[in-house]
Amino acid sequence: MNELPLLSLLVALPWFGALLLWLWPKAPVRGLAFIFCASTLVLGVIAAAGFDPTRTGYQWTERHAWIPSLRIDYHLGLDGMSLLLVLLTGVVSPVALATVLRRLESPRLAALLFLLLQGAALGVFVALDFFPWFICWEFSLVPAFFLIKGWGGAGAGRAAYTFVVTTLAGSAGLLLAFAALYAATGTMNFVDLAQLQAEGRLPGLLTAVGAGVPTLAFVGALVGLAVKAPLFPLHTWMPATYAEAPPGVALFLTAVMSKMGVYGFFRILWVLFPADLRVHADLLLLLALGGAVLGAMAALRQTDVRRMLAYSSLNHVSYCLVALFAAAAGVKGHEVAVEAALSGALVQAFNHGLSASALFVCAAALESRAGGSREFARFGGVRAVAPVLAGMSGVALFSSLGLPGLNGFVGEFLIFRGVFGLAPWAAVVGTVGLLATALFLLTFWQRVFHGPPAGAAAGPFPDLDRGEIAVLLPLCVLMIVLGVAPGLITPWINPLVTGWAATLPMP
Amino acid sequence: MSPLHLCLLLSTVLFCIGLAAVLVRTSAILVLLGVELMLNAANLNFIAFWRYGPGGDDTGVIFVLFSIAVAAAEAAVGLALVIALHRHRRTIALKAANQLRG
Amino acid sequence: MTLSASLLWLIPATPLAASVFGLFAPRTARTLPIAGALLGLVAALGLSVAALAGALVDPAVRATSDFAWFTFGAQTLRLGWLLDPLAGFMCVLVTLIGLLVALFSTAYLRHDPRIGRFFGFLSLFVAAMLGLLVTNSLLLLFICWELVGLASYLLIGFWYERPAAAAAAKKAFITTRIGDLGFLIGLVWLHQATGSALFHDGGAGALDAPTLARLSSTLLPGGWAVSTAIGLLLFVGAAGKSGQFPLHVWLPDAMEGPTPVSALIHAATMVAAGVFLMARVFPLMAADQGLATVPFHALTGVAVIGAVTALLGAVLAVAQNDIKRVLAYSTVSQLGYMMLAIGVGSWVAAVFHLITHAFFKALLFLGAGSVIDATHHEQDLRRLGGLAGRMRVTFATFALGTGALMGLPFVFSGFWSKEAILHAAEGWTVSHLPFAAGLVGVVLTAFYMTRLVLEVFFGKARGEGAAHAEESPGLMRGPLVVLAVAAVGLGWLGLPNWPWLQTRLQGGDWPVHGLGEGFGLMVVSTALVLLGIGAGWWWYGRVKRTDARALDPLARSWPAVHAALAGRLWLDELYAATVGRAFAMLARVAAFFDRWVWGGAVEAAGRTAETVGQVNRAVDEDGLNAGFDNTSEHLRGSGRRYAKAQTGDAQSYLRVVAIGLAVVGVLLLWGGVR
Repeated sequence: MNELPLLSLLVALPWFGALLLWLWPKAPVRGLAFIFCASTLVLGVIAAAGFDPTRTGYQWTERHAWIPSLRIDYHLGLDGMSLLLVLLTGVVSPVALATVLRRLESPRLAALLFLLLQGAALGVFVALDFFPWFICWEFSLVPAFFLIKGWGGAGAGRAAYTFVVTTLAGSAGLLLAFAALYAATGTMNFVDLAQLQAEGRLPGLLTAVGAGVPTLAFVGALVGLAVKAPLFPLHTWMPATYAEAPPGVALFLTAVMSKMGVYGFFRILWVLFPADLRVHADLLLLLALGGAVLGAMAALRQTDVRRMLAYSSLNHVSYCLVALFAAAAGVKGHEVAVEAALSGALVQAFNHGLSASALFVCAAALESRAGGSREFARFGGVRAVAPVLAGMSGVALFSSLGLPGLNGFVGEFLIFRGVFGLAPWAAVVGTVGLLATALFLLTFWQRVFHGPPAGAAAGPFPDLDRGEIAVLLPLCVLMIVLGVAPGLITPWINPLVTGWAATLPMP
Repeated sequence: MSPLHLCLLLSTVLFCIGLAAVLVRTSAILVLLGVELMLNAANLNFIAFWRYGPGGDDTGVIFVLFSIAVAAAEAAVGLALVIALHRHRRTIALKAANQLRG
Repeated sequence: MTLSASLLWLIPATPLAASVFGLFAPRTARTLPIAGALLGLVAALGLSVAALAGALVDPAVRATSDFAWFTFGAQTLRLGWLLDPLAGFMCVLVTLIGLLVALFSTAYLRHDPRIGRFFGFLSLFVAAMLGLLVTNSLLLLFICWELVGLASYLLIGFWYERPAAAAAAKKAFITTRIGDLGFLIGLVWLHQATGSALFHDGGAGALDAPTLARLSSTLLPGGWAVSTAIGLLLFVGAAGKSGQFPLHVWLPDAMEGPTPVSALIHAATMVAAGVFLMARVFPLMAADQGLATVPFHALTGVAVIGAVTALLGAVLAVAQNDIKRVLAYSTVSQLGYMMLAIGVGSWVAAVFHLITHAFFKALLFLGAGSVIDATHHEQDLRRLGGLAGRMRVTFATFALGTGALMGLPFVFSGFWSKEAILHAAEGWTVSHLPFAAGLVGVVLTAFYMTRLVLEVFFGKARGEGAAHAEESPGLMRGPLVVLAVAAVGLGWLGLPNWPWLQTRLQGGDWPVHGLGEGFGLMVVSTALVLLGIGAGWWWYGRVKRTDARALDPLARSWPAVHAALAGRLWLDELYAATVGRAFAMLARVAAFFDRWVWGGAVEAAGRTAETVGQVNRAVDEDGLNAGFDNTSEHLRGSGRRYAKAQTGDAQSYLRVVAIGLAVVGVLLLWGGVR
């Protein structure tokens, strides 16, 4: 359809940058890394400009036979959801890279690994065949592992192992699921599988392989995605990892890699296993609510900035899943609620990426000024000595707790609008999470930023420097702009969401 | 039990003895002997299949002749290596020969 | 000149521009942010007056101007602006008091280095508040509602170095957010039930008659009408913002903010937003009134909570020693009166009282601010005293405000608006208890205000600050005088026999009756006011306090009662022990489960996986990644280990090959390959 292999370029450029860094020892590391890192945003914007929001289906597609004997294709494509997440990656990656490379003596290897990670994440968002998709999905763990282990805090080694091993265990489930799908259908292509499901033939084909196979495939895929997102209670790798990883990597993990899980929930579970999702919707909804409420509650007890942010991420991502599972149980007549819930989940995924990145950058700024300490008790009265830091983290914090006028509210409103229409009790329970979120974020704010300057802030405590402001300012501006005009991103996902809502079964 | 089976059994036993020798003996000469035993086990198989098999041509015999010739050459080279090793290290234990460089 | 509905957005936009200007100005800038804020307020005031003039041309007309916000799925979310007399009056009120408070603040905060920021926050507040008033959409109202909460948070915590201010700001935000969650649920429910985010939309809006008929005729399990449930949820939000029992606890603590903030936000305008919301959605609140079958009417709940709050606030104001806290509890009490009026069905009386109260309470707070400023931040009325002679203008205006708050007859505005509420409550058929509570509140109001005035302005100065107090500068006296004029005169707009304001607000006819009809009630309430003043005189006037440490006369008479009231009936402690502790407990349980139970389960699974992982690691790191040797110290180690496996012993290689062959053979046999 298009002459330019835009999506291939999109994925390959960061990898090419990594290759260049490897082969060219005297390279100007930071400049080179940033150029290739920012290529995603540029190409993402080009893709968005050429994207026709009125059409459903994939655009910018590329499909070539790869391993014909196994019917594996090199198949890339972009729909509204992918586009949204590609843009998110484009915005967040430079921020994360800047945070990773900040004050690093020899940035080459870290930059190289980060570019590998970025490319892998992009691959997950644009691949339409399970084979390349899964390669990227798994490959992303390798640079993440080395980044956490090599540049993390004291407990980083153990955290990195837990992270990789837990995720790998989940991936085994995914592999199993697709082995079953492949055995049943002879293809691993998302589009072809979705077509089979739309024609109603997929469950029959799966059952033909064996009696337990459909359940096996569903559970396998569910577990694999649930670990990544994460879905309560498979989140336990998260607090330690986010706390011990270098801040830039933790930022990328929560802003982009957790979205890989959410993306998978839509791309795989929602599309291929709607019936199973519907059957187990109540249980899953309960788990997601558990994540939203208990995550916020657990965050209340944390005194470590990044552990608190980790639980905050669990809370926010759980809202996406609450919306997804509530929508999964929807039937005809509830189209509006389902559209609201699904739009809310996607918008929330994007917005959480923005606000969580900003919060992690602020946490990194705090840490670097307190000699690496992340305890609340080491701070106090920061607002008086570092007003710019206070202002910007204030924007991020209020966005995160869903203040209207900032981006976080839009997703939350849509989610609650949708979930209330589908499962009112879940919406009511979910509000407890909102309250606890406000409570722990403001408690954090009060202890660290308010009061007389104390702890690290009592000594020399420089305000944000130019580099940090350059990183944070675009995020803050985006948070405000998207809070006022969410219509800038919703048109891309509207046809997708409407299409999903249209396939609801009769009551 | 047919003659073919007996022959195959014999060759299996020969092969296993040869293999054991190769894996456990320390002396290079005995290892070489083991290799010869394994080769001969294979030769025996060729002959047995030629004799009792359905075929009509002489492929098996020709293979065996080639094999014996190659084995003889190999034994000559092997023994030469053993002698070289002995000159160098004053021993013919294989463990001593763990370096590519002299 | 009038303002058309399509230009209504200009009203909040002008202060918003001023706030952006104020917040991004250099930190040390003073003049420019102040000038910007004042300019924004003046412009907004002009626009508001123009809008009000437009609205009064035909009060029955609601001018709307809607726009699409964004589209989700196939649904377009529409928001809009609305101009009716209610919005017009409220806009003028907010901008006028905002302007006066801003002028007052330029003097009050003259020594504060962050005064520029203050005006930025103040403009932000005014912008959000104006947006809240002129919106035609519950969603947009909610958005502005939260933004005024943000401004309130920022301004209460303006002196954030003080731990008490920081804590009070958080408490205010969290407590009102509890209410806001009810609001949010009500909002999404209303949107779900009506499919529209607009109030008035040519019959399709949430407050248009056909929609309301549908809402009140749809019944929930238990016989409740949907409109009742939504109305009560919205009232939860209003209760949070307007300091209604049991969510009133944040308002007295909010007095940690600068006094002008208390005057504008926590007395005159923001806290009245709940009352405004109830007035705005009154058709929805009253939709279930005609239904005999529903077990509970939304307005009944409002009336009960309003009456309880009116009484509770007045009772708690009696024993406070902080001049601002007395006024804060008084605000709680007066807001209770307004809610009571809404509950008994007279939203017009509520808005009338809202308007008069805004002026006289702003006056009282600014008067208190004048006292505090003159006495070098002395707020404890036990250490004040004798200021009547030293601060004549402040005393005179404060006394006028006190008269209005007590409801001294005929002259003062508070009298007429309070009478309107009591009159409505008297006629309420469901119960007479709210009316009774209102009457008791009148006595208490007169009592605590008498005490306040006597302690602050009479007797002898009992502290350093009070002894050397001098009258405040002109920039502070000016707003006081203007407000005092309003506190006296505004009541004349809504006389029973000339209900100009009521007619305009209602947008239609309003029953005109002579002064004679409610005369009996007026006599009774006047007698009650005099009773309160007399009691106040009895305790605090006969023998004036001479020593700051002397026991409160009330405490000498009734120690137990006084202790209970001074302890605010221990409601804060009760919340801390119940809700607070339950929340903390839940948090502890969640954290515990997270660490030990889920964590433990995953840990156990993880250990198993780790064993596998170790094997995996051996292969992965020693085998596959050997090429990365020079890239990491860790891998260099594994490289060495790999080198160890490379013994050079031909036999051990052969052994590995043999084992491998055997395994492959077994597998092939097992797999049935022949």
